[in-house]
Amino acid sequence: MLANVVLGFLWGGITAYVLLAGADFGAGFWDLLAGSATGGVDKRRRIAESIGPVWEANHVWLIFALVVTWTGFPSVFAAIASTLYIPLTAVAIGIILRGSAFAFRGAVTGLSLQRPFGAAFAASSVVTPFFLGTVAGAIASGRVPLGIAQGNVISSWLNPTSILGGALAVEVSAYLAAVYLTRDCQRDNERGLALYFRRRALVMGVITGLTALLGIVVLHSDASRLFTGLTHRGLPLVLASVVFGSLSLVLLVLQRFVAIRITAALAVIAVLWAWGLAQYPDVLAGEVTVSSAAAPDQTLLFLVVSLSIGSAILIPSLVLLYSLFQSAPAKPSQLSSR
Amino acid sequence: MGLSLGWHIVFACLGVGFPALILIAEWRGIHGDADAMRLARTWAKVAGVLFAVGAVSGTILSFEMGILWPRLMGEFGAVFGLPFALEGFAFFIEAIFLGIYLHAWDRLSPMRHLASGIPVAIAGVASAFFVVTANSWMNDPQGFTMVNGRVTDPQPLVAMFNKATPVETIHMILAAFMVTGFLVASVYAAGRLRGRSDRYHRVGLILPLIVATVITPAQIVVGDIAAREVADNQPIKLAAMEGIGATEAGAGEHIGGIFINGQLQFAIVLPHVLAFLAKGDPNATVVGLDSVPAADRPQAVTLIHLSFDTMVGIGFLLLGLGIWMLVRWIRRRGPPTSRWFLRAALVAGPGAVVAMECGWITTEVGRQPWIVYNVMRTSDAVNPAPGLYWGLVVLVIVYTGLTAVTLFVLRRIKKANVNADVNANANVSV
Repeated sequence: MLANVVLGFLWGGITAYVLLAGADFGAGFWDLLAGSATGGVDKRRRIAESIGPVWEANHVWLIFALVVTWTGFPSVFAAIASTLYIPLTAVAIGIILRGSAFAFRGAVTGLSLQRPFGAAFAASSVVTPFFLGTVAGAIASGRVPLGIAQGNVISSWLNPTSILGGALAVEVSAYLAAVYLTRDCQRDNERGLALYFRRRALVMGVITGLTALLGIVVLHSDASRLFTGLTHRGLPLVLASVVFGSLSLVLLVLQRFVAIRITAALAVIAVLWAWGLAQYPDVLAGEVTVSSAAAPDQTLLFLVVSLSIGSAILIPSLVLLYSLFQSAPAKPSQLSSR
Repeated sequence: MGLSLGWHIVFACLGVGFPALILIAEWRGIHGDADAMRLARTWAKVAGVLFAVGAVSGTILSFEMGILWPRLMGEFGAVFGLPFALEGFAFFIEAIFLGIYLHAWDRLSPMRHLASGIPVAIAGVASAFFVVTANSWMNDPQGFTMVNGRVTDPQPLVAMFNKATPVETIHMILAAFMVTGFLVASVYAAGRLRGRSDRYHRVGLILPLIVATVITPAQIVVGDIAAREVADNQPIKLAAMEGIGATEAGAGEHIGGIFINGQLQFAIVLPHVLAFLAKGDPNATVVGLDSVPAADRPQAVTLIHLSFDTMVGIGFLLLGLGIWMLVRWIRRRGPPTSRWFLRAALVAGPGAVVAMECGWITTEVGRQPWIVYNVMRTSDAVNPAPGLYWGLVVLVIVYTGLTAVTLFVLRRIKKANVNADVNANANVSV
C-alpha cells in the first residue's frame, strides 16, 4: 500500500518534470531553430524571458524523482543507474551544458559571446531529452534487469523502443514549449511571435502524432509486453491522449491559447500514465514489481510523511512562482537598467 | 565522484552563504545605503550564475551516486536516502524563490523583494544540513541491522541523527559562510589594491569580511569538537589525520611531515599535546594505524595528515586576520586600510576554499577504505559495468571546461559592472 503511494508521488513528479522541464528543453529546441543570430533575436529573447525565472525550479523535479527512487526503490535505482550509465552520463553532461550555458548567456553582453553559449544551450536542450527518452525506452521494453550492471550497457538503450522514446521526448518537449510560448506571446501582445510559435506548435503536434502512430508498429515488434499493456489496460488512456491531442490541434487553429495549454498537457499526461498503467505493477518491466522492489515499510512511512509535508510547502510556493511570472510584467523600473 | 563532489562543494558553499550576504546588503540598501544596494544587485547577478552551475553540478552528483556506486544506493538507499528526499524539497524552495528573487526586482515592492530572498537563505542552510547528515551517516552508520549481509530494519531518522551529525553539519555550514565571506571580500580587496578605494569597494570588502571573521572563532571551536568526535568514533581516521603509526600513550601532536614505512618522518612534535586535545588527558592512549589490519587502513596517510594540518593552519591564520581587523578597528575607530591588510584579505578567500577542500579530503580520504565506515568498502560499492572509466574521463574534461568558463563569465560581469560604474561617474561629472 505504502509502496503504491510512493510510486504515485514518483510518477507524479516525473509527470511534472515532463510537462514543465520538458517544455524548457523544448524552448531550447526552438532556440536552436530560431534562425540567424540577428534574425532570431526576438524569438530567443522571448524564450529566455519565459524560461528564465522557472527553469531551475522545474529542473528540481528530476532530482525529486531520483531521490524518491533511491529511497523508496533502492534496488531499482541501482539497476537503472548501473546498466544505463552511458545515456545517463550523456544526460548529466547535457544538463550541465544546458543550465550553465543558459545562465552564462544571460550574464554576458555582446553577440560574439552570447552565440557560443546560446548554441551550447540549444544543442544540449535537444540531446538531454533524447537520452532521457532512451532511458525510458530501456525500462519500458524490459531491458534493465534487476541487479548491478546486469543489462547490456549498449543495446539496453540503443534499440527501437529507446530510439522511439528519445524521439518522442524531443518532440513532446518541443510541442509543449511551442504551445506554452504561444500563450506567453499572446499575453504580452506579441502578435507576430504568437503566430510564429503557433505554426510551430501545429507542425510539431502533427509530427508527434505521426511518431506515436509509428510507435505502435515499433512496440508491437520490439516490446510486446508493453504493446499488450497499452492495448488492453492502458487503452482508455491511449485513446484519451488521441482525443486530447486532436482537440489541441483544433484549438490551435482556433487560437484558443489558454485552453490548448490544458489539452496539450492532458494529452501528454495520458501517454505517460498509459505507459505506467500498462507496466503496473512492474517497476522494471518484466523484472520486479512495486511491492517487491520497495524499501521496507519504516522507510516508506517516513518518506510518505516527508513527501506530504514537503508538498504542503512546495505547492503554494510553486503557485506563487508561476502566478507571479504569468501575470503581465510590471513597467520596467529604472533599477533594472543597471 | 571525488572530483565532482570537490567541485560542487565550492558552489554549494556559495549557495548556502551567499543569499544571507546579499540580503544583508539589500537590507542596508533599502535603508538608504545606495552602495550596499548596488552590491546586492551585482551579487544577485553573480549568484544567478553560481546557483545555476551549482544546481546542475548537484544534479550530476545524484546521477553519479547511482552510476558509480550502485551497490551503496541499492543496499542502503532505504536507510540513508531520506535526507536526500528532504534536501530535494529544500532545493525546490531554494530554486523557486531564487527565481522570484532574481527576476522580480520590478514586480515586488522593496520589502517584499527582500522577503522573497529569505526562503532562499533558509533553504540553502537546510539543504546543506540534510545532505551532510547523509555524509555523517557514512562516517557513523546507524539505524539498520545487517542480517546475513543484507540490510534489514532500516530506521531513517536514527540514521539521519547519528553521532557525527551535529558537529559535521555545523562545521560544514559555518565553513560555507566562511568561504563565501572571505571569497567575496577578496574580490573587493583586489579591487582596492588596484586603487579603487571608493565607498562601494570599501563596503564590498568589509561587509563580507565581518561576517566571515565573526564566524571563524566559532568554527575553530566546532572543529575541535569535531576532532574529538572523530577520536571517539573513528580512531583510525584520527590516527591518519595525525600521522600516528603505532598506538601510544601520551601521544604528541605532529605538525607536517611525510608518512613513510609506518611512521611519520620530518614532523614537528609537541609532546602530549595530541593526547590532551583528543582525550582531555595528556597521558591518554591514542590509537595508531597499526591497531587494525593493513587492509582496513587508509592508504594516503601523508595526504590526509597534511590536509588536516593545512585546514587547521589556515583556520588559525584566518582567525589572526579577524583579530588584526578587530584590534585595528578599536584603536583607529575604523576598518584597516593598509596594503598589507588588503593583501591578506585577498589571499584569505582562496585560503578559505583550500581549507574547506582540505577538510573534505580529510574526512573522505580519511574514511577509506570504507565508503560506509566499517560496513561497506568503497571497492564493493563501485559499478562493475565495462567502459565506465571513459565516462569519468569525459566528466573530468567537462568539469575543467566549466570551471574555466564560469570564471571567465564572472570576470565579464565584473568588467561590465566596472564599465557601468565609469559611465555613471562620467554622467555625474557632465
